[in-house]
This record gives sequence, C-alpha cells and structure tokens, in this order.
Amino acid sequence: MMQNTAEKFPKRYIVYGICAVLLAFAPLLLDSYWTDVLNNVGLYAILGLSLNLIVGHSGLFNLGHAAFYAMGAYTAAILNTLFKIPILLLLPASALTAGLFALIIARPIIHLRGDYLCIVTIGVGEIIRIALINDIFGITGGANGIFGISRPVLFGLKINKPYEFYYLIWIFAAVTVFLFFRLENSRFGRALNYLREDEVAAEGSGINTAYYKLAAFVLGAAWAGMVGTIYASKMMIVSPESFNFWESVIMFTLIILGGSGSIPGVLMGAFLIIGLPEVFRGFANARMLIFGAAMVVMMIFRPQGILPPHPRKYPIPRMDKTNRMSENEGTS
Amino acid sequence: MSLLRLENLTKKFGGLTAVNNVSFESGQGSIVGLIGPNGAGKTTVFNLITGNYQPNEGNIIFDGQPIAGLLTHKIVSMGIARTFQTIRLFKNLSALENVLAGCHCRMKSGIFGGMFRTPAQKREEREALEQALAELDFVGLGEQADVLSSNLSYGNQRLLEIARALATRPRLLILDEPAGGMNEQETDSLIRLIRRTQDRGITVLLIEHDMGLVMEVCEKLVVIEYGGKIAEGTPDEIKENPRVIEAYLGTEEEDE
Repeated sequence: MMQNTAEKFPKRYIVYGICAVLLAFAPLLLDSYWTDVLNNVGLYAILGLSLNLIVGHSGLFNLGHAAFYAMGAYTAAILNTLFKIPILLLLPASALTAGLFALIIARPIIHLRGDYLCIVTIGVGEIIRIALINDIFGITGGANGIFGISRPVLFGLKINKPYEFYYLIWIFAAVTVFLFFRLENSRFGRALNYLREDEVAAEGSGINTAYYKLAAFVLGAAWAGMVGTIYASKMMIVSPESFNFWESVIMFTLIILGGSGSIPGVLMGAFLIIGLPEVFRGFANARMLIFGAAMVVMMIFRPQGILPPHPRKYPIPRMDKTNRMSENEGTS
Repeated sequence: MSLLRLENLTKKFGGLTAVNNVSFESGQGSIVGLIGPNGAGKTTVFNLITGNYQPNEGNIIFDGQPIAGLLTHKIVSMGIARTFQTIRLFKNLSALENVLAGCHCRMKSGIFGGMFRTPAQKREEREALEQALAELDFVGLGEQADVLSSNLSYGNQRLLEIARALATRPRLLILDEPAGGMNEQETDSLIRLIRRTQDRGITVLLIEHDMGLVMEVCEKLVVIEYGGKIAEGTPDEIKENPRVIEAYLGTEEEDE
C-alpha cells in the first residue's frame, strides 16, 4: 500500500511537535489571566484523558466522572488540612481512594450496558455531590467545603503563581499523554478496544471482559483523583458545587467533540470546550448558543470527532511475495 | 481417547427445551460434525460448550475436567476456541489486531508493563505479533494483515475468525457454519484448511449445512433434531440412516 512508505513519519507528528513547543513557551507570551485559562484547559485535558480510557477506549458510558475527581480533591483536602501532609505526597493517596471507590461502585453495575450504565453513573455522581453537601462523617465541611489547602511544594519551590502551576499541570499532562499512549498500544489497550467493539466476541477470544471493564474504570478514576489533588491545591478550596453534574458533562463532551479514543482528539476537545468560551467572552450569553450550534453541526457532519484515532501501527516484516504465495491456501 | 465429552446435556429456555439429553464424544485429533435441520439446537450446544450458556442438566468434560459453569474466557484459556455463526469480528480494527485478540489469553503483561514497556512486555508483544502473522498466513490472509476487517470479503472474514480462534492456541476448535456464504472454490480451500488444522493436532468440532463439506471432512457425525440426538456415526452410516433421511426430507405419510 501507498501509505507504508509515505507514513513512516506522518506529517501530523510535525504538527504535534509545533504544538508542544508552543505549549512549552506559552506562559512567556501570555499574561497571568490567559495562563490560568490554559491551566484549566490542562486540568480538563487530563480529566478528559482519564475518562477517555472508560468512554473512548472501552465504550462504557460514564457520566459521573466528577465523582472520582471529587474523591481525589476531598481526600487531598482533608488529609492536607487535618494532618498537614504535603499536597504532592498525597497524589498516590488520592489515586488510591478514587480508584478504590470506583472499584466498589463499579463492581455491581459493570455488567450494565450503554444507557443503563450511563444513568447509574449519573446517579453516583449526584450521590457524591449531595453526600458532600450534607457533610458526611463531619469531615467534608458541608456546602462551604474545605478551605486552607496548602500550595504544592516541589524540590523546595513553592508553586504559587499561575505560570508555576502551568508547568506543574502541563508536565503532569505530558506524562499522562506519554503513559496513556503507550498503554493504548499495549495488550491492555487492545483489550479495552476489543470489548468496546464486541463484548461477546472479546470474551469468546479469551479476554476477561469483566476484569478489563473494571480496570478501565479504576485506572480512569485513579487518574481523575490525582487531577483532583492538583485542583484542590490550585484553588486552595474545594466545595461540592465544583463537582456537579455539569463537570461530568463537560468531560464527556470534550471527548466526543475531540475524537473518542484519540489522545490528540481529547486535547483538542479540552482546548475547544474550556478555551474557546474564554476567547468569546465578549459575546457574553450568545457564546453558549454559538457553542451549542457548533456541537449540533459537528454531530451531523463529523460524528467521529474532530481528530478521530489513527489505527495502531505494527512492524510487519514484508517477506518476498513469491515465497508467501506458495504457502497461501486461502482466497483473496 | 476422548478430548471432549458431553453427558446428558439439557438446556431449557423457559418452556422450550432447546437441547434435550444430548451425549456424544469428540476423540483427540478427530473432526466431528454436528448436523441437523435449522433450529435443531446445534448452536445452543456450541454455546453450552463455550460457556455462553449454562446447562440445566448434564456435564461437559474437557480433557478430564468438568467445564460446565465456567466463564467463557476461562474455557478459552483451557484450550477451546470458537468461531461464530453470524460473523463477530472487531469491525473497526485491522485483520492483524483481530488475530492479536486471540493471542491475548496467552500473554501476561498488564497496565504497568504496557505503560513502562518492560523487556518482558516487549518480548511478549514481538512474539504475539509473530504468532498472529503466522496464523494469518496459515489461513491465507497474510497479505491482508493491515486491512480493516470489515473491508474483507465475506469468505475472508470467516477465515479471519478462524485465524483469531487459532491464535488462542486451542486444542479443540469449534466452527459454527464455517462455509456459510462461501462459494465452491472458497469451500474447497476451507476443507484443506480444516485438514491442515487437524494436522497441527487440533481437534475440530463443526456445524455445517454444506453436506459436501461435512461428508468429505468429518470422521464422525452427530445428528440433532428438535434438541435431541437422533443418530451418530460415520458419514456413510448417517447417509443410510432412515431417521436422518426422515428428519431432512420428511416422510411420505406426513403428506396425507
């Protein structure tokens, strides 16, 4: 095929490279307001990537991802304010709590399909939000939330200003992209895709579908929990309303808009959904109308998203054809 | 020696008895055909063997171990692989990736190995790729490795399902109407493929309506009608069996 020679080094890698360089130097060119916008874009990009494991790769509709995000944020907030544990050391703790919570929640509902699972996850998200408002166990601070969360400290440097957060968040995003890209191209990533494509066939090919669904949920939740930790220390306050249903919808939408199951797609989605409304702030209320219309047009003309995933590449050794043809018995 | 033994297998769906007290054996290395009119319960028997359904009564013994009640993926890892009557490929993935799905159960690496590309994980991926390509070559789809599976012809999609099943390194291969939708030429090469599978030491159990294929390739036939076994024997015995002829053609008295 033609593309084999042409796509050794696809043009899109050059575009990715340019984007990476632009991102690396962006805070030098932007004021602190726009840097902070990009910080939010980064947080949602990581949240989107974590949800992408569940929605994009495994095809499990999860509209309650904010619950896991909240678990991470509150774990960090509580442990930091009560025991003065440094925020960055709490990353594993938040990941663990959110992951364990996902395991307990998902275990009994994981056999549900499509819209049924979707409804249950919405319910879980709401339960968490309301439990937080009701000051469950007397440790979540009720509707006011928890304040006085400390800033992260990295190698003796206190991360305080927007551009400092920018690098913390985007390095975290870069690490996430790197690890998730590798995961996508591994046995684990393929297994998730098989169960998205056809669960019965996946099970019939020897894949433990129940395990992989749970694993996708737990890993996605754990990652969202870590983002929650960063968020808590960036805002210095967490409150239940930061983790409402709308947050889950945003995370879900940016995946569908950008390209389900595609890392560049999710990043693009985060920029469009979080960044664009800021750009069009001048249009005040009309911006949401324009945004909604754009979504409708998108779904009609490009339902697979703006940047759909590319097929994986495998190093297929090309033997000489004549040798192969003699072995062939099949039809073509 | 029998590799697979069904003992008094019964499956009911509500009031309907889909499989009624069926027993038969598949000898190690043999090719056994399961035939019968449409709706006789053949595919249900396959679904019972592969754990898609749980039997109401009876035992399934594979290599001396009872497997009824186990989950499908566990049964696959014990060495039983299958293809589906209605083709169930992963449509949006390449032929190669479809076959890699079969390799999955013989691999070990998980999230950590995938994220950090440990040496063991890399070796495993390389071996799986080699095996998947070898299976594609075995069924004759070596040149189509990077073609999207939904873009393959109908006959080739059936072959790809066989390659995916073979990639699980089965000892028993279950084929549900492998020649469905194939032309004569394709069926001929399928017969050769089934024989070459047998040469690899793999026992084959198949459902097929193409009597030419069944009579040529199978050493033993089991005939099912209305969920119950009505005959068992060599193709020549089955051809002469009055019960079987009746099941397929009906009796003259019925016409009155």
